[in-house]
Amino acid sequence: MLSVSNLSCVRADHTLFSGVGFDLAPGECLHLEGGNGVGKTSLLRILAGFAPAAQGQVRWQGELLGSSACRLAQDLLYLGHQLALKEELNAVENLQAGAAIAGTPVMREAALAALQQLGLGSRATLPVRVLSQGQKRRVALARLAVQTQPLWLLDEPFVALDGPAQQLVVSLMQAHLARGGMVLFTSHQPVDFGGRSRSYRLGA
Amino acid sequence: MSAFMAVLQRDLQLALRRKSEVLTAVFFFVVVATLFPLAIGPEPETLRKIAPGILWVGAMLASLLSLGRLFAPDYHDGSLEQMALSQAPLPVLVAAKVTAHWLLSGLPLTLLSPLLALQFGLDGPTMGVLLLSLLLGTPLLSFIGAVGAALTLGVRGGEVLLSLLVLPLYIPALVFGSGAVEAQQSGLGYSAHVSILMAMLLMAGFFGPWACAVALRIALE
Repeated sequence: MLSVSNLSCVRADHTLFSGVGFDLAPGECLHLEGGNGVGKTSLLRILAGFAPAAQGQVRWQGELLGSSACRLAQDLLYLGHQLALKEELNAVENLQAGAAIAGTPVMREAALAALQQLGLGSRATLPVRVLSQGQKRRVALARLAVQTQPLWLLDEPFVALDGPAQQLVVSLMQAHLARGGMVLFTSHQPVDFGGRSRSYRLGA
Repeated sequence: MSAFMAVLQRDLQLALRRKSEVLTAVFFFVVVATLFPLAIGPEPETLRKIAPGILWVGAMLASLLSLGRLFAPDYHDGSLEQMALSQAPLPVLVAAKVTAHWLLSGLPLTLLSPLLALQFGLDGPTMGVLLLSLLLGTPLLSFIGAVGAALTLGVRGGEVLLSLLVLPLYIPALVFGSGAVEAQQSGLGYSAHVSILMAMLLMAGFFGPWACAVALRIALE
């Protein structure tokens, strides 16, 4: 369980947000809303442990973020604006290398199946360099199908995706929730989760 | 350990896909080491005397050349964020990156050095000591350089700053590395120099990745 209380973030002497608090229990999904520049990405980066919060607390399974007992960094799958793909490697190699570096190696067959699922079956062995923007995002999102961390932090997962691909990501998220996972994502578009998602509006 | 191998394998794979970057450093070393005999003239005594210093400075500059790209691509494409979230400790992954850097820059330079030493008229045992000193010295350069690369990550004009930061730190390695070869030439025995080089390598190998990891986390903020 992730619980955030009274969190505030200051960037260059400017308070982005303050008093942010919410709980996320297993099987729950939170849609983080808000206009440009209200600090959605900053909030995710604080949760991922990249940046310190100006104020407030984040607890993961009861342990305070920043304490040595807190395993939040290991238990989360973070997908930011940067896709962490190597242009020279192909989709399978990227997926396998990414998973192995995260500490959860996958077999080539599993990686291929995940890419197949995201509609990249025929592109799986091309260098990522030659793929389109949307296809690159699909390769990055294929991690959702192979990695098993309980908490997903997804920053704008639907950007550059076509309709079917968006549906696919939603179904991956639903499957994760059904397994008892947690999802926290930002998006500017309404997403239909069939009532399993709450939303939290950041900023005034 | 598997994450260490994963980083190592990925970096080596990437290097194979863009060989020019590896070859640049090697050619740079060859050209620099070749310029000196041409400029100074074929005086065997002089060449023998300056050989250790020139080969060592050449190896140092060549290793510096590829240092700017040690963490920068990972930083810009988001791979570094993913490494920071790995179940393996970040210093372990950093050590893998430094190892890859050495395998791709330091090791080729080391293996090439006896060939270049021929131009300077070094004899067999001296070449052996040169090889040994570079074998211990180039990973030391990689570890020291990695700390500089991590500290200058994301800084504008970082490449120049990196050279200014790292070159002074290379001095002890240079002194004892080329000193070992000179000691062999003058018949004093090289073991003291090599021992100190080894000690510095162990220190840098132990503390370097840890310091890098701290600097990288600051850069990610």
